[in-house]
Amino acid sequence: MIDLLYVYIFVLAALVGYEVISHVPVILHTPLMSGSNFIHGVVLVGAMYTLGHAEGPLQITLGFLAVLLGAANAAGGYVVTERMLGMFASKKKPAAQIARER
Amino acid sequence: MTFVLVNAVYLIVAVSFIFGLKAMSSPVTAKRGIFWAGIGMAVATVTTFFIPGLHNQWLMLIALIIGGAVAVWLGRTVKMTDMPQMVAVYNGMGGGAAALIAAMEFAGGQIDRPVTAIMAVLGALIGSVAFSGSIVAFLKLQGIMKKALTLPGQNLANLVLALVVVVLGVVVVLTQNPVAVIFFFLLALLLGVVLVSPIGGADMPVVISLLNAFTGLAVGFEGYVLGNPALIIAGIVVGASGTLLTQLMAKAMNRPIRNVIFTPITGEAQAGGQIEGTMKEMSPMDAAAAMRYAEKVIIIPGYGMAVAGAQHKVWEMTKLLNDAGVEVKFAIHPVAGRMPGHMNVLLAEAGVPYDMIFDLDEINDEFAQTDVALVIGANDVVNPVARTDKNSPIYGMPILNADQAHQAIVIKRGRGAGYSGIENALFFADNTSMLYGSAQQAVADVVADLKTLL
Repeated sequence: MIDLLYVYIFVLAALVGYEVISHVPVILHTPLMSGSNFIHGVVLVGAMYTLGHAEGPLQITLGFLAVLLGAANAAGGYVVTERMLGMFASKKKPAAQIARER
Repeated sequence: MTFVLVNAVYLIVAVSFIFGLKAMSSPVTAKRGIFWAGIGMAVATVTTFFIPGLHNQWLMLIALIIGGAVAVWLGRTVKMTDMPQMVAVYNGMGGGAAALIAAMEFAGGQIDRPVTAIMAVLGALIGSVAFSGSIVAFLKLQGIMKKALTLPGQNLANLVLALVVVVLGVVVVLTQNPVAVIFFFLLALLLGVVLVSPIGGADMPVVISLLNAFTGLAVGFEGYVLGNPALIIAGIVVGASGTLLTQLMAKAMNRPIRNVIFTPITGEAQAGGQIEGTMKEMSPMDAAAAMRYAEKVIIIPGYGMAVAGAQHKVWEMTKLLNDAGVEVKFAIHPVAGRMPGHMNVLLAEAGVPYDMIFDLDEINDEFAQTDVALVIGANDVVNPVARTDKNSPIYGMPILNADQAHQAIVIKRGRGAGYSGIENALFFADNTSMLYGSAQQAVADVVADLKTLL
């Protein structure tokens, strides 16, 4: 029964993912890829959980590396996405000004 | 904190990711979207520290700080033109983390059910391929790994390797034998390398997008292994949306995903038919005069403009032309830059307002009424061969109709063929003139000459 519920989650999540970005303009393709890259950075949580249960040098080393990589994915993904999207918002004003000047 | 409370928090986090992603798919709400998702990630991370029964919290904190700090520093300092490879790197990290989670589960012998073992192996395989594949993609985009490595019988060799990895995966599921686990991981990593190595730089955005979807799936599968719904939902949502995004990109480039992976464009082998005509050179002054006395100029920026950092100069030139009463528009091909949307970001960075930037579909009919089409560091996206030569590897790709303008001016570093190695018929056309030089220098020269004409 539990497994069946997981199948529900998998299928529904896949449909949500497909639906959520089905009408995205081309200019947002790269920021959106970067944004979804950030979101799978939640693997960090799984890495922390596994490190929390790790015993012995081998597991602890692997777990430490996993948290390191997961943290890099999440933090780096956020910064890069924010920088890309920052280009969109901050330049709106100059655009309007230029239109007025003309 | 109890497990129920932790899981309730994870559910809210998963919802924040979905809303964040939804908001990021519209320019108006995009900034809000990444903010919401960021809050969700922070909450999830902090909450995880308080799960009952966890050890090694100090190690977690240290790894978190080191990994996070390095990534933030790199992400902040890297140039905008290098953004695509940063996405590749961070994506690879995520895939590597997912694979490591699986490795730890096997090392700890905590996997007791076949379904869990299958999911762990699937996540490990996909995560490993995403990790090594992303690193190769990074090396290629960064220019460290230049040549497209293609072995004779590459596809067959890849297929055999993939089969061996799958068989090893089955062995791992059945026996959890440590030796099999080690070989499984090594060969899965190798598979990622050999899959991405032959792929040319022009196809790289599609590959990175695909690897991004892969990492999502790997995270989702490991989420099942750990019994963590937040990982499952976030991972599978990214897996599905990433797959769709990959298809959209591939469609924009007219390169089916199948072809990207199995028949990479390598250039020299498929030079196609001979092109008639000669290339004519022009001076910056001639170019300046042609545009100064034009009514309408369309600028087609390409990656060459971006790497030369010429976008600020281009914007300066645009303002001068506007002052002279010339109408200027920017035409962006869907794959200009290294990824769809990349060029828009680079132009926005230089201050070019959005109402001057147009998509291929919006502007392509206007070229016939345009006096000057100025191509800066772009090549394949204006190659009319894509319309005419059935033997060309880019045949059928939608292109910008720069050849239909009354005059085309091409700023280009040298006489050689472009990124994909395909000769460009536009450069040899009668109404095309070449202005040689780095985009930065050439545009600066044109700007200097324009000022004398105002």
